[in-house]
Amino acid sequence: MNDRSVRMTYREACRQGIRAALQADPRCFVMGEDVGKYGGCYAVTKGLLEEFGSTRILDTPLAENGFTGAGIGAAVAGLRPIVEIMTCNFSLLALDQIMNNAATLSHMSGGQFSVPLVIRMATGAGRQLAAQHSHSLEGWYAHIPGLKVLAPATVEDARHMLAAALADPNPVLIFEHIVLYNTEAELDNTITSVDISQARVQRSGTDVSLLTYGNGLPKCLAAAEILAAAGISCEVVDLRILRPLDMASIVASVTRTHRCVIVDEGWKSGSLSAEIAARLAEKALYELDAPVIRVCSREIPVPYAAHLEQATLPQTDDVVKAVQALVKQAAGPDD
Amino acid sequence: MTDKIHLNRPQLQNLYADMLRIRRFEAKCTELYQAQKIRGFLHLYDGQEAVAVGVLAALSAADAVVATYREHGHALARGVPMKLLLAEMLGKVEGCCRGRGGSMHIFDRERRFFGGNAIVGGGLPLAVGIAMADKQLRPGAVTACFFGEGAVAEGAFHESMNLAAIWQLPVLFVCENNLYAMGVPLADAESQTDIYRKAEAYRMASLQVDAMQPLQMEAAARQALAHVRGGRGPFFLECRTYRFRAHSMFDPQAYRTREEVEQWQHQDPVQRLRNWMASNHWMTAEEETAIDTAISTEIEAAVAFAEAGTLEPVADLERFVLMATVVQENADVQEDVQGDVQENADQQEASP
Repeated sequence: MNDRSVRMTYREACRQGIRAALQADPRCFVMGEDVGKYGGCYAVTKGLLEEFGSTRILDTPLAENGFTGAGIGAAVAGLRPIVEIMTCNFSLLALDQIMNNAATLSHMSGGQFSVPLVIRMATGAGRQLAAQHSHSLEGWYAHIPGLKVLAPATVEDARHMLAAALADPNPVLIFEHIVLYNTEAELDNTITSVDISQARVQRSGTDVSLLTYGNGLPKCLAAAEILAAAGISCEVVDLRILRPLDMASIVASVTRTHRCVIVDEGWKSGSLSAEIAARLAEKALYELDAPVIRVCSREIPVPYAAHLEQATLPQTDDVVKAVQALVKQAAGPDD
Repeated sequence: MTDKIHLNRPQLQNLYADMLRIRRFEAKCTELYQAQKIRGFLHLYDGQEAVAVGVLAALSAADAVVATYREHGHALARGVPMKLLLAEMLGKVEGCCRGRGGSMHIFDRERRFFGGNAIVGGGLPLAVGIAMADKQLRPGAVTACFFGEGAVAEGAFHESMNLAAIWQLPVLFVCENNLYAMGVPLADAESQTDIYRKAEAYRMASLQVDAMQPLQMEAAARQALAHVRGGRGPFFLECRTYRFRAHSMFDPQAYRTREEVEQWQHQDPVQRLRNWMASNHWMTAEEETAIDTAISTEIEAAVAFAEAGTLEPVADLERFVLMATVVQENADVQEDVQGDVQENADQQEASP
């Protein structure tokens, strides 16, 4: 730690992002279940009610479709709402408003309206919350034209993505991973903003590209460390923005390494990982020396028991094995 | 007739003309549909005109409107130019939404007309949010939110009623109870068929009105708006009405009898108002002819405009999926038509 940086949790970074947004723009307010008196289900909004009052930190009843739709209306009519949906599993109750209103209004009205709305939600498994609180649905939302979908994996993105999302004229969904809330990192004070358009190479390498996002990032970084010791150089790409995908950065990485493993906590069938693999087949097939490999969650509802839950999710070891198999295969049977 | 509003000649004639204009517009739409110039789903407003006209006559330009997929009448009564509406329904780029929305998705930012919504109940949460913004940014403005009694079975209805009530938002909920949700009769769909009583559960002021009586309808709308404008929170208006035509153009109406429809047609709000005005000297034959002629002229001009319209270039198909700048609500529509971006070059290339 030094003067230029401060050590902070991902949760605190999210909180500071919201606090800064509220300070910067009087049109900005937070709305959601238990964001006020309770302090947020994951304690992200803790203390903000006391600081900003109940018109800026608005506790809602349990009515996801209603308050998300209200956020859309408020955004269209001039405010800058930050809607918090407790977990992305509950966002299914608001899917009508997100899909049929937020994502369609601009296009369907011939450009008469924009929806400058931010919806934050917790995603992912790993805290033994079982099937109805543990799914990773960001890939679903990345299917929908008219939305932008962000997945902060680092403390820096947790701190700064919100401001960029609020400045965007379109509905932006931010998926905060429940396992990452307690992670800590040095936050560079000299960085005051981030883009929400580009993937980022978090570790350079020459043999294999590991494409991932969210809680896949620390797993891929750990795998890259293990593989480096075995003489395999991995490039780890944090996708950051799941829609629109930054295919230029993805293709650039694969062009450097010629091998690719996609690590996604979503299910494999009809998924974001499937989309990336298909696009690589369309755009970079001849850069590849081996088939694209995907490491995803097992295709089951996420179970409660710790060993079962962990067995469901992609693990560092799974990534290591996938890379080893890929490198061996690409090298040929005689190597 | 009611004693709640002071009757005067121009006002009565406007009321009649506005309703007749909608009735005649819908007749023209039917014709254009049969000629296959309007396609897709088409939901006509015949029989319910007094609701849109009564409420919208009482609104000001600062107020907001959220309507349903049966919204030609609301759009016309709000002042959306007929020619832009018709061009939209003919799928022309000159239409109010460039031909992207069609009959069910009419939008007009300039007139604070927030749709047109083809998801039953989908407009109600939106209305709550618009009212939240207006409470801060445009004090005094009211959001009039129209929906059918079918929407009352949706969760979005109950969530929105509750939010508007707990936050005391300036929303006028206007339920157009035409007794059928598509083909489902009211009593089969609702345990409480007096819909206005549902407002009691949300401690929201409410009123049930016979919307086949245009003067009663308008009086009720003014009373309801006075409540909301007075800062006394949202208001719920149940308008008892009847849809004379089929649900859409694909509906054989197996769920109701011809006799029932004919019985309701005796209460036709347009025809009865006309007869009453004619026999009570509120409208001379000359005045009636003038109203009729003006409407005919407007419809003819709208048809000509729509027919002469052009098609949006297919190259523009992906415009406005994402916007490049925030559209200010009161900004000039023309200015930021350029304000869109293609989502990303990659997707363009990947398209066949």
